Order: sequence, then structure tokens, then C-alpha cells
Amino acid sequence: MKIIADKPKMLTDTPMHYCPGCTHGIVHRLIAEVLEELGKTDNAIGIAPVGCAVYAYKYFNCDMIEAAHGRAPAISSALRRVVNPENIIFCYQGDGDCASIGMAETVHACMRGENITVIFINNGIYGMTGGQMAPTTMPGVKATTCIYGRDPKRYGNPVHLSEMLATLTGPAYIERVACYDVPHVKKAKAALKKAFEIQMQKKGLSFIEVLASCPTNFHMTPLEAMEFVKTQGEPFYPLGVFKDITKEENK
Amino acid sequence: MKKLWKGNEAIAEAAVAAGCRYFFGYPITPQNEIPEYMSWRLYEVGGAFIQAESEVSAINMVYGAASAGARAMTSSSSPGISLKQEGISYIAAAELPCVIVNMMRSGPGLGGIQASQGDYFQATKGGGHGDYHCIVYAPSTVQEFVDIMYNAFDVADEYRNPVMIIGDGMLGQMMEPAEIPPMKDAAEMFEKYHKNEWATCGHSDGKPRIINSLRIEPDENEEFTIRLYKKYEEIAKKETKVEEYRMDDAEYVFVAYGSVARICKAAIVELREQGIKAGLIRPITLYPYPTATIEKAAKNPNVKKFVTVEMSMGQMVEDVRLAVNGQKPVEFYGRSGGNVMMPADLVKYIKEGK
Amino acid sequence: MNKIIISGFGGQGVLSLGKFISYSAIEQNLNTSWLPSYGPEMRGGTANCSVIYSHEEIAAPVIDRPDIMIAFNEPSLDKFEGSVKEGGTIIINSDIVHKKTTRKDVKFYEIPVDTLAAAINKRGANVYMLGILLPLFGGDISEESAIHAVEHVFESKPKVIPSNIECLKAGIEYMKNLMK
Repeated sequence: MKIIADKPKMLTDTPMHYCPGCTHGIVHRLIAEVLEELGKTDNAIGIAPVGCAVYAYKYFNCDMIEAAHGRAPAISSALRRVVNPENIIFCYQGDGDCASIGMAETVHACMRGENITVIFINNGIYGMTGGQMAPTTMPGVKATTCIYGRDPKRYGNPVHLSEMLATLTGPAYIERVACYDVPHVKKAKAALKKAFEIQMQKKGLSFIEVLASCPTNFHMTPLEAMEFVKTQGEPFYPLGVFKDITKEENK
Repeated sequence: MKKLWKGNEAIAEAAVAAGCRYFFGYPITPQNEIPEYMSWRLYEVGGAFIQAESEVSAINMVYGAASAGARAMTSSSSPGISLKQEGISYIAAAELPCVIVNMMRSGPGLGGIQASQGDYFQATKGGGHGDYHCIVYAPSTVQEFVDIMYNAFDVADEYRNPVMIIGDGMLGQMMEPAEIPPMKDAAEMFEKYHKNEWATCGHSDGKPRIINSLRIEPDENEEFTIRLYKKYEEIAKKETKVEEYRMDDAEYVFVAYGSVARICKAAIVELREQGIKAGLIRPITLYPYPTATIEKAAKNPNVKKFVTVEMSMGQMVEDVRLAVNGQKPVEFYGRSGGNVMMPADLVKYIKEGK
Repeated sequence: MNKIIISGFGGQGVLSLGKFISYSAIEQNLNTSWLPSYGPEMRGGTANCSVIYSHEEIAAPVIDRPDIMIAFNEPSLDKFEGSVKEGGTIIINSDIVHKKTTRKDVKFYEIPVDTLAAAINKRGANVYMLGILLPLFGGDISEESAIHAVEHVFESKPKVIPSNIECLKAGIEYMKNLMK
């Protein structure tokens, strides 16, 4: 019998705790597949965030470090200087982690152009703590700390992190992708692959923002949540490549 | 060979000699010579330096480098050390070895930049959240700074626990003769402390190493903290350090640490010239605290009273009172705000009873 | 043992004069400590340092009763003259300090050190002052050790070493004559 599909060895057998319809599971698998395809399963080091993906260290079958909230880029900046340059280092972070409490760490790792990959899961809500407003919650969207919907006059504006980081000299590659249907999942995988390849070529920091869903805190079915990302999320957070030094090099 | 060293630079070179290869920090007076020195020195020995975006990042960079088994450190002064407390708690909970230097200045708040000892509580009683301790050293001369730093990474590695060395602006800025011991081999230290067993440096043996401080099950976390405290008991047994100075026949006992202990010594010489028998107990480790030494002195019939001397409003004095346990009077003499007491002040205090 | 306080404006070489003494002392295998004032006052305000050398272990690096006090400006004289030990020494840079000490129980020297040094090296006043101090140290620190200290401090600027050594020697001679 021929095996035509299998669980990547890069993922452990530990059952994931994510809610049905959550995008974390998809992105975990994509990272695992890409690292396998690149032959980098045996020397990767991952940094897990605080947030729903806090247990990422249980799911990835490689050396893992659990970071304090928002500090993954600082940890990996130091790690980069200690371990072998061939080791893949990736930070897996949510929107509260990467764009709020860890904003300084994110921006400065990008400024330094650290040779690491940051995967930024943007679902526009605080999942683990129960649906509070995120730095990426869109205007008008309800959260438990903006119960009538985010009014920027009262609660401030959301951040377009990829666009913002693209203004910096340091990062090598920045792309925003989504996972709401199969074609987009494939595109997300290609983006992750490109990001890790750039790290393998030691070209600097690659940053992949993934528009994600959170059915539980959106109070939607998994399908409705995906539809929300497609119809509301994507127009506000347009997909695309915001920085690519490999293109600039080819010019 | 003894050379004239500035305290801050001596401690930096001693760290390099101890096998420290990574330094992460953020500028703050009066410890700036440490990052300045490390910024060029570490590259000479194959290490690296990052001027971090904040103290918060700096301590997390230490977390990262220590996770991979490297000897890493940070240094700062009081307000910066406050910012590092989150990371220190995580480092203690993830059982990562590292060294943190605090050249104390006066607080609270932005305070001032002159020498102080106002961070005793913060250093010895936790500082960050949760049940944990750093091993805390308080050297009093530049040479002792060097010797303690040289040994600090070994202690940190031995117990997989953060070590904090506290000095003050005076010790950091002053120059004294000191000798730096020979260079330890960083790779050898990695082997010696079996870091391959736990360090996350990218393993391909199918047994992923995990550095973590999350223990979400109450029983699991309780079991962990109990184990942590067993470790502290062992540290207390083996690592407690204290100096007793002219204690044989002392009637008046100063208890002081760091630079203040030196001022007490000068006062003791003067008091003894005037026929007053004074002595000093100088804790070298502030955690673990040399309670037994003070207890023993409290039981000594010669001893009339204890005077705890600090550049603070009275912090260590609480530990002295706990150790003396009501057997003898325990008084406090302190200066704060960045002011330093003079030997003559202490002589007067003892002679006039206040 | 000598406990010395050196005080003046930032930029007058007050802190480095202290270092010269400590470097000289270490050449003599003496214990020594150098404690500077630090912070904003280093830049244009007043600066001072406390220097001790001794055959014994040095306890307190702070000095409450100096054996010698050197004032490079008037505020320094006002601040420290009261603290000098009975029978101690006060030295002023008389090019800048135009008053005398009120103390009757100390030795008092007025040295126009800027003028004297300028004839050799106009940035050499503090090394000239080191020369002034050596005879006061009563042989604790040799001329040779002081020369080594000067060479050490100016290691990165070898061009200025000869004129500074000249300042040092001139200072020693000047003080010897004064003490005769």
C-alpha cells in the first residue's frame, strides 16, 4: 500500500488543544511540512509565544523555547548568536504577543535584520484570555474590552504590522497571507517556504503575517469565521508581499 | 599580576575570563563601563554583544543565549533591574544559569545616580513574581568583585539558577588593584555542566529539548516549586559566604555588606584605637543569608548590641533581626538618597549610643 | 598611608591627577584606591576624587579627614578645607584660587600651577601638581614610579609623554625648593 498523505514527522503525536476551526493547527502543519521539504527538521529551534499557541513547544518535534509574552524576537536574537548559523530559528507569535506587548522586540529584531523567521498569526482578537481587543482588532468589531465595537476615538486604531515593518531597512522579506480556503493555504505554504529559504540563505529577517480566524471568540461557526476573514479581514489587511530584498537584488 | 582596574571594567573582564561570551544590556548610569567594555571585548574572544532595545529585551536575550547553553550575562542599575524582573522570574522558573549585575543607585523612581543599597529587598526576596530566589552576592572590593564574578557562572551552572551580583555606584566607579584569573574555556564549561542534555541548541537525536516555565497544572507547579526550594536549601548549605572581622572579643557588632562594610571596618579601627571593642559581620552572600553566623554572635555573652549599617532606609536590618531573634538589641544606621556615611559618623554613633 | 582629596572644575584634570597617584602607588606595590565623583558634575561642574595609598589593606575608599587636599578652584577650597586633618596639607592652584585658607593648623601651599606648567606644556598642570605632591609623600612614591604612571596613562598619546615628564620633574624641583 502506498502512503499518499501522512502527518509530518516535524509534528509530535501530542493532540493539539486548539478549538475546531482555529487556524493555528493549519499553520503548525504548514511550518512542519515546509521544514521537512527543506530538510531542516533536525536542527530547527522554535520559540513559542504566550497566547493560544503557548503549547507550540509540545507540538513541534524540535528544540523549543517557551518565551515570556512578546519576547520571542529578543530570545531568538541572542540564540542566533549562540547556535550554529545553519540552525533554523523561528518565532511563532500571535497579535497580542507580536504587535502589542512585544512590539519593541519585534521592531528592533527587524531593525537589526536578525537572520530569523517570525510567523505572526493575526486573528484580530485575544483568544486565550477570552476575546479582548487586540492591537489588530478592526474598527467596528466587538471584543470584550470594546463591547460596542472598536471605536478608534475611544480605543485607538489597529496596526498594519507588515506595512509598518516594511518601512524598515532590516527585514529581508515580509508577506501577508491567509488560510481561509485551499488556494490561500497553498499560497501561505509557499510564503513560509520562501521565508525559511531566505533564512537558509542568511539574507536576514523574514516575516510572515497570517490572517487567521478564531471562531470561539468571533462567536461564529468555523465556516462563518473563515468567511469573515475573507470578506472583512482581507479587505482591511490586504494580502501581498510588502518587502522582498531578493527582488530588489534582481533589479 | 595586579593592575589598576575600574570596578565596572574589572567585573566585565572577570566575566570574560569566566567564559562569559554573550552580553546584553541597555545603558544606565553608573554601570555603563560594563556594556561599553563588553561591546568590543566579547568580539575578541568569539562572543557577541547586543545593545538591546530595553532592559526587558536584554534579560530575555540572556534567556535566549542561556537556553542554548551559553554563558550569558546582563548588567544594569536599579531602575533597569526593576524592568528585568519579569525575565529573571522566567529564568529562575526555566532553571537557566546566568549572571545579572546590579550597580545600585538611589531610588525609588528615577531617584539619583549616586551609590545606594536600596535594592536589597528586590534582590533577596524575589523581585519578580512567584516563589523563587536568585543567588545573591555582595562583594566589597574590586578584587572581590573579580573573584565572585569568576566563580558566579560555575555556581549558576551547578544549580541551574540565576546569580545576581550587587554592587553600587561607588564600587563600579572606583579604581583599585586587582588581578584577573586565567581564562576558562567556554566550550569546556558547556561539557562540564552537561548542557547538551538540556540546552536548546538544535538537536537531531530525536529527543527535542524544551526550555519552559509554564506548568499549568497546580500539582505539577507545586511539585516544581517544592523541588526549587529543596535546591535553595542545598545552596544555603554549600554556598553561604560571610566574613567576620575582629569578632573575637567584639561588644558592638556592625552588620553591613558591600562598600558600606568597608566604611564599618575603618570605623572599627578607629573605635578600637579608642578602646571600644567593635567588630563586623559582613554577609558576602545576601541570599542565602548567613543567619547562623549572626545567631552565633547573638548568643555570645560579649556582644552588647548589633548595628546594621546600610545605604538605605533599613532593609537588611530585617534579616538581622530575624537572625538575632530578640536575644540582643538590633539598631539601624542608614543614609539614603545616594549619600554615604563616613567612618566618623559610625564612631560617633557607637560612642554616643545614637 | 596618605588620604588625598583633589577637587576642581571638570576638565582641569582633577580625576586624572588622582589616577596618576594611584598608578604610581601600584608601581610601588602599595595598596591604593581611587574614587571619583561621577555624573553630570563631570561635565563642566565641580569634580573631585578621593585617593588613598597605603601599606595596609584599604578599608573605606571614602575620606572624611584627608591628609592632603588640593583645590583647583575656590568652591573646592570652601567645601573641603574644614575637613583636612590637623597638621595636614592644603594646596591651592593660585592661578585660579585667589584666597587663602582660614585654617591655622595646616600647612598651606599656593602654587601657580597653570603658569608654571604652561612654560612646558599648557595642558600639563595636573602632572606638574603630581610633581608637587611627590616630596610631600616623603619617599613613599619614587620619581621613577611616577614617570611610569605618566607613561601608562598617556600610552595612546606617546607624543605628549616627554613634555609631561618634564612637567613632573619641574614640579618636584619646585616643591623641593619650596620646602627647603
